[in-house]
Amino acid sequence: MDKTIGQATISVDQEGYLTDFSQWDKEIGTEIAKEQGIEMTDKHWEIIDYIQDRFKAEEPLSIRGIKKSGVIDIKQFYALFPGGPLKKATMIAGIPKPKSCI
Amino acid sequence: MSYLPIQPLTTFTVVNHNLDIMKNLVILGAGTAGTMMANHLVGKLPKNEWKITIVDQYKTHYYQPGFLFLPFDIYTTKQVKKNGAKFIPKDVRYIQEKIELIVPEENKVQLEKGEELPYDILIVATGTKIAPEEIEGMKGPEWHKSVFDFYTYEGAKALRDKFREWEGGKLVVHITEMPIKCPVAPLEFAFLADSYFKNKGMRDKVDITFVTPLGGAFTKPKATQALHHLLTDKGIKEVTDFNIERVDYENNKIVDYAETEVPYDILVTVPTNMGDALIERSGMGDDLNYVPTNKATLQTEAHENIFAIGDATNLPASKAGSVAHFEAEILTENILRYIKGEPLKEEFDGHANCFIETGDGKALLIDFNYTHEPVEGTFPFPGVGPLNLLKESRMNHMGKLAFRWIYWNMLIKGIHIPFVSATMTEKGKHFEETEA
Repeated sequence: MDKTIGQATISVDQEGYLTDFSQWDKEIGTEIAKEQGIEMTDKHWEIIDYIQDRFKAEEPLSIRGIKKSGVIDIKQFYALFPGGPLKKATMIAGIPKPKSCI
Repeated sequence: MSYLPIQPLTTFTVVNHNLDIMKNLVILGAGTAGTMMANHLVGKLPKNEWKITIVDQYKTHYYQPGFLFLPFDIYTTKQVKKNGAKFIPKDVRYIQEKIELIVPEENKVQLEKGEELPYDILIVATGTKIAPEEIEGMKGPEWHKSVFDFYTYEGAKALRDKFREWEGGKLVVHITEMPIKCPVAPLEFAFLADSYFKNKGMRDKVDITFVTPLGGAFTKPKATQALHHLLTDKGIKEVTDFNIERVDYENNKIVDYAETEVPYDILVTVPTNMGDALIERSGMGDDLNYVPTNKATLQTEAHENIFAIGDATNLPASKAGSVAHFEAEILTENILRYIKGEPLKEEFDGHANCFIETGDGKALLIDFNYTHEPVEGTFPFPGVGPLNLLKESRMNHMGKLAFRWIYWNMLIKGIHIPFVSATMTEKGKHFEETEA
């Protein structure tokens, strides 16, 4: 379905995740973050960059992977993206919700 | 979905019947998957050309689905274990020794006592195991006292003894992180616990909570709905999106990264599941020591003469005996094709078929694959059954209990189970939509 965010129209799934990563830009990320009650800082963007790199490399994302990467400790990750950090961070990053589940 | 292209095969030496050069097929692990492969291949590879060897350090073959029933005194210890040697065909060399290292560059396997096994084809079937040491406080002084697992024989037995004398309190059934072997087992455990304490006349003294890192009871939306209702009906509480940080065994509570706390008197956890340390030592695994494997052909991504099967792979399929069973039929064919230099069949579809015990002598049955989530319908005969998909029935429960006999007498011996195909059938099922 289509969704208007700021000036742009993006396609999202039922939960609000972008279905086409090429539509993403930083402004869209900032707007999605606002909807989630998150004000983006440099540290937030650092995590988003990391997550997008993993996505582009087709590597699965998990809390464990992030812990191992050393990019951020998990407590801090929760503090930056309260609630479900991986779910929220991937939504802001414009990539699909991670399928850490079979 | 895109499948990876088949890798070109290198020239394989043509088998010469007059030479003494026997070729070697080595299987690592004599669990469900490895034992099935030995049984499948022994009748299919010419004995004068191929020598099959299987290696496993443990003597006992466990019926792992039985670990679920052991804590509730439904199965006895004798019903879940047998001597593994009984199931290895006599023409297969069975080595009971720890495996030190796989050296893919040299096509050989090193054993603990120094023997080296050269191979032409290697099958990795080393499975998955629990790693409670991954979470702070889990494998501490309270391990198997108030903090239990039921994924090992020892854990299930310790829990049985604890339950026999327990007078009630808070029972927490918990999943640490995904993926885990048999993702429905923790739910079944919660259902069986409800039933067990009801039968003991003390259900009112036991408070059961199901704690999961997932957003719901199960990994697939349709089944999650059905299972959520069952949890509610049985008065089992759910705590979702719980990413455990530590077990605070001094204060009897588990704590997650968001500082959510769940108190317990008995914690039954499914710890992190990881592939064997051998895979890590050999530099062949991912973060969790699972071997990157082509999800349709079962050839490993890194080495064309190494195949992987069952829980040892990184496939996005359930880690379950039924999956290993369906994989074994396809892998057998692919190994024969590989030997002949033919392209591999890209056939494995992630098919899983699981009974879910729901307590009170009933069970659900789910049938799904990579692309289709479990739905309602009938199995194995479309429109007839006798088993119902995604609906509780007594017949399904009988099916689950009958399965122990099928396991020991047919499944691991590589005997085809009639009417159940390796790839999933869509007939007799009520599909609404498919997931990407």
